[in-house]
Formats: sequence, structure tokens, C-alpha cells
Amino acid sequence: MKCKGAFMACLILFSFAAAFFDHHETVHAFSNQVIQRGATGDDVIELQARLQYNGFYNGKIDGVYGWTTYWAVRNFQEKFGMKPVDGLVGAKTKQVLISKSKYYREYVMEQIQKGNTFTHYGNVPLENQTKPRAGTQKPAGTNKPAQKPQNNKGGQSNQKQNTTAANMPGGFSNNDINLLAQAVYGEARGEPFEGQVAIAAVILNRIKSPLFPNTVAGVIFEPLAFTAVADGQIYMQPNERAKEAVLDAINGWDPSENAIYYFNPDTATSKWIWGRPQIKRIGKHIFCE
Amino acid sequence: MIRGIIIAVLGVAIAATGYWGYKEHQEKDAVLLHAENNYQRAFHELTYHVDQLHDKIGTTLAMNSKKSLSPALIDVWRITSEAHNNVSQLPLTLMPFNKTEEFLSNIGDFSYKTSVRDLDQKPLDKKEYTTLNSLYKQAENIQNQLRSVQHLVMSKNLRWMDVEMALASDKKQSDNTIVDSFKTVEKNVGAFSEDSISPTFTGANTERKGFTHLKGKQITEKEAVKIAQRFAPDHNYSIKVVKSGRKTNRDVYSIRMKDADNKSFIYMDITQKGGHPVYLIQKRAVKKQKISLNEASNRAVAFLKKNGYETKGLEIDESAQYNNIGVFSFIPVEKNVRIYPEAIRMKVALDDGEVVGFSARDYLAAHRTRTIPAPALSADEAKAKLNKNVEVRETRQALITNELGQEVLCYEMLGTIGKDTYQMFINADDGKEEKIEKLKSAEPIYKDL
Repeated sequence: MKCKGAFMACLILFSFAAAFFDHHETVHAFSNQVIQRGATGDDVIELQARLQYNGFYNGKIDGVYGWTTYWAVRNFQEKFGMKPVDGLVGAKTKQVLISKSKYYREYVMEQIQKGNTFTHYGNVPLENQTKPRAGTQKPAGTNKPAQKPQNNKGGQSNQKQNTTAANMPGGFSNNDINLLAQAVYGEARGEPFEGQVAIAAVILNRIKSPLFPNTVAGVIFEPLAFTAVADGQIYMQPNERAKEAVLDAINGWDPSENAIYYFNPDTATSKWIWGRPQIKRIGKHIFCE
Repeated sequence: MIRGIIIAVLGVAIAATGYWGYKEHQEKDAVLLHAENNYQRAFHELTYHVDQLHDKIGTTLAMNSKKSLSPALIDVWRITSEAHNNVSQLPLTLMPFNKTEEFLSNIGDFSYKTSVRDLDQKPLDKKEYTTLNSLYKQAENIQNQLRSVQHLVMSKNLRWMDVEMALASDKKQSDNTIVDSFKTVEKNVGAFSEDSISPTFTGANTERKGFTHLKGKQITEKEAVKIAQRFAPDHNYSIKVVKSGRKTNRDVYSIRMKDADNKSFIYMDITQKGGHPVYLIQKRAVKKQKISLNEASNRAVAFLKKNGYETKGLEIDESAQYNNIGVFSFIPVEKNVRIYPEAIRMKVALDDGEVVGFSARDYLAAHRTRTIPAPALSADEAKAKLNKNVEVRETRQALITNELGQEVLCYEMLGTIGKDTYQMFINADDGKEEKIEKLKSAEPIYKDL
């Protein structure tokens, strides 16, 4: 009974909210930044929503200025005779965009915060353009309707931005980056930042090297390759610093100068590793070819 | 009476402990056995794949028709990759087993490159047959030795777990039979791998390393510090310099400085020859975003200009925002041709627009004066080579390094199919598709359900 009640309340609240926001269209304006490909944040959400209003943008409104958004901007600029057609959203483009479209900010923000699947087309009533996230509206019987909103809230407070996607360097997923960060954290928690980037770079160099496996997991879990894997320290939760080190390494920084081995001279037992040509020492580790 | 009870209780306790210990022991054994089984599987599969490899290379030698040669070479390539995969699952990382792995990847490279080639137009030449022949012999050699190791392992019931223990502790390493036999394999591979594999097709090894080709005179430590101070954007203090990389042709001064206001370190490498900054990296807390990505990229360009890079000919390629940091790559442009191998990477903090990262490694390694040839094809001719479903949006000329490690002049085209964007490089001379890449779109943030 309780569950059913909560569900009903949810439904009522939801329809009320939808009706409420439907009548309040705000003409919200961008901040005065020039929006460039790769940018993330509220301005990009507005940009995507406004472009979708006119049918230029058919992708997801996720707050990341990716390629789909880029082509949409360029098409828009071309259509309205702006020059140059460069995909940069400056004052002029914004002005035309604002005059040609509407932006229901509350509606969009609410959908994003609820995690709903939604669109923002101009010629369709808003309430027809949203679908709740799979799982949030499961009927009674899945005994969790009370817990769900809590989980959601926790997620929101952790999030700094409203974006529902993130830029990722080519060839790697967020989970790959996490795995790499785990390895870096397990191997070099106490090392200077440069040393952490170097270790991430060594793993990446190994992936490229013909002597090693070709995947992130293959290199990391190769037997006896990393002590952190052997003693289970790799399963610790990495911090942001380790993740940033990994991102830097993927984006092309390599303080190890193309090394494919490294070792800690205080604890290294293998004689063979001492025989490798050494490149440099960072913190506790010596990096070698 | 009480004594009796105590004895009984203790007796039960001992029995329980014993039982618990026995269970633990059993569990441990099960886990060890499981690990051992995985090693055994990888090892036996490895020998099997090397067996197959030998046979397959043999078949390709006997083949004459080009129609069957290509698939056979592809098969060789597939088997090497599986054998390589098996090797990587064995606890051999701490053991010099390099040459065998290199041998495997060399066969892989060779068979891949020859199989994707149009063998009707460019059949295997004499030299390549010689190479194939010697690879065949080498494979036979490795096969025999692995087979004998396998026999040894099976007849003496040797355990891979012991290998792991032996290698990890480095004690009594020489006593382990498996380790010994693998060392013999390695030695034999090494004995004739040097001459049989010509450098022409070991693409992975030809990559230029080191900074010895750079122009300029050797600089001293003091000069390096001066360069670092000029280069890094702040007034930094407590500067430490270490010389490194002498043995490996990468002579650099590694510099560590403390940032004046952020209490974090800046790390930098400067080449000893010519004093070129290789990279700069700084990790600091970045506060709330105040400047836009666009403004940040302008700051990055200004930084490069200040430090004497030709910024007129720089085009922005990648630009992306990760939390409050902007990451960019800039590509030099000569005569309207983008020189991709010379990319420079920059990182800018979006709170105050300060440069927190710089990397010119690729630039330093690849930069030289080039004569860029005129393209043989026109842009429209190149476009005609593309898949008809692609809607081309942007076209320009670009120089890239292809799979064989050569620099080739291409038409670079950005186009879309549906919602996906592709970057396509068409060789400007013969219209070959050098590289087709799907450009990554943003990844959704996965939330806990």
C-alpha cells in the first residue's frame, strides 16, 4: 500500500511539475563566453537546446560541445549567412540564436537532474518530449521507490556541473581511465605528480610496444608485471590526482621519455632489470628502456 | 567435573580449529590450483599456436596463387597474435623473454603488411621470400624447443606456480627447470634473429628516439635554469636540476621548481643540446572556471608566441575541457598543409588562464625542413575515393605518418554518416585510404542505478 501511495504521489508531483514549467518560459541568455568545440557546461546545454528547438541539432542535450554540436552550429551559421562559418559561438551567433529560438531552462534542467531522456524541439509540446529514466518509475513490487530519490540526490550534490556526459580522449573510455588510475594509485601513491604521470605513460608505452599486450587490462594484469597487481593494492579506490595523471599521460605527456620499464631500486630483486639502459629517476623510481 | 568440562570444551575447540584450518587449507589449495590451471592452459596453448604457426608459414611458402596466399598470411597474423596473448599470460615478465616476443610480433607485422597488400600488383619479392624462409626455420626451432619444455613439464609434473615464486623472490632462480628451459629458448632465438629480420619491416623499431638530431649548442646547467625561468609563467623558486638520459640518447636537464603562489611543483625537461623545452607539467588545484575554453586556447597561443614558436602557422586541432582544465593540441601548417607529426600539446587552467602543461616532444622529434610535394590528385578526385555514404564537410591537405611509419601527403576530410563524425586521410598521390578514424563523441556519465 505504501509503495503504491508513494508512486501516486510521484506521479501527481510529476504532472504538476510538467504543467507548471510548461507555462513559464524564460528567455535565458548565455554568459558572454565564446563557446568553442570541446567546451562543457550550462552554456553548451543552452546552445544544444536552442539548436534543437530549430531542428539543427538532433543529438542528446548533454552539455558537451562535441562533433555533432559542431556541425549543427556550422549549419546554423551557414543558414543565417554568418561569416565566417567556424563553429565558434560568439556574440553574433548567440544573438541570432536567441532571436530565432526559445529555451525552456527550468524544463531542461529538471529533465537533466532527474536523468530523464528528453528532447527540446520547438514544434512539439514539452510534456511529450520526455521519458523518465529506465528504472525510476517501476511499478510497486520492486520495493525501492523510497530509496531511489535519495540516490539521485547524492549523485547531484557530487556533481559540479549539469552536464550528463564528459570529454574522453580518443581510444579510451572512462572505465579504462579508471583502471589505469587504479594501477597508478596502487603503484605510486606517494610519488610526485610527475612520477605518477610517468608510470601511466609507461603503461601506455607498453600498449604500443610489440613486446607487450595491446590492451590496458592486458598490460596491467600481466603476471608479475606490477607489484600493485600481485599484492592487490590495485583494488584501492584511486584519488583524483591519479586520474589526472592518467589523463595527462593519455593526452601526450610522457615524463618517462618513452620508458617501458621502471623499478624501485630499494626493493627491486631482479638483476636483469638493473641491466636495462636507464633513462632517468623520478621520485623513488628509475625508468628504463 | 569442571576439569572434564574444560577438557571437553578444549577438545571441541581444537577439533573445530583443526577443521577450520583444514577448510582454509583446502580453499587455498583450490585457489592455487586454479591459478596453476590458468598458467598451464596459457602454456599449452602457446606451444600449440607456435606449432600451428610453423605449419602455416610452411604452407605459405608452398603457395603460388595469390588468391590463397593472402588468407594464409592473415591466418599467420591471427595465430601470432594469439600466441602473443598466451605469452603475456605467463609469469615471464621478469625474465628476459623479449626476443621470443619480438620474434612473434615481427612475424605478425610481416604477415599483416604483406597480407593487406594487393599481391596481384605487388607480389612477394625475392627478399621477402628469404625473410619468410628464415622465419619458417626460426619458427621450427622455437617449436621444437617449446615442445621439449612441454614434455619436461608434463613428465616431471612441473608447476608454473613454482616459476612464479622463483621469479618473484629471485632466489634459486637457476634451479627452476622451466625458467632454465625458457632461457635456452630465448638464447636460440636471439642467436639468429638479428640478421634474419631486416629493419625494413620492423616498423615499430624504426621510430626515432632521442634528441641528438636537434640543432644548437650544448647548454650548461645555469643556462637551463635561465631557460626554465623564462619559460615557466611565474616567478618560481627553489629550482633543482638533474641531468639525465645520457645512456639512452635523451640528454635532458630535468628541472623541478616551486610555483610562487600555488605551492605546487612545476616539472620540466630541457634538452641539453640547444636547450629546447621538452615538456612542462604542473599539478595544482584549479578553482572555479572563470575563463572560457576559447579564451584559454588564445592564452595557449600567446604562450607559444612568447616562447618563440611560429604561431601564425599553428592551427588548433583538439580542444577539450576536462573539469576545469582545457587541453589543446596545435598543428603547424606549412603551405596550407597540416603537419600532424609535429603536434604541440598545451594544458591551460580555466580559473586564471595559466598554462599548466606543455609538451613539444613530437615537435622536437619530427621537426625539420621538408619539401612538401604537390599532390597528384585533386581534392575532388580524392573525394571520389570515399565511401558514398559519407557527407564531406571539410577538406584540407595534411601530412601524416602512416602504418608503415612513413610520412605521406594526404587529403584530410572530415565527414559525417548519420550522427557519427569521421576523419579520413586519402593519399594525395595514389588515392589510398591511409587512415579512417571515427572521432570520439562525449561519453555519457554512467550513474549508479
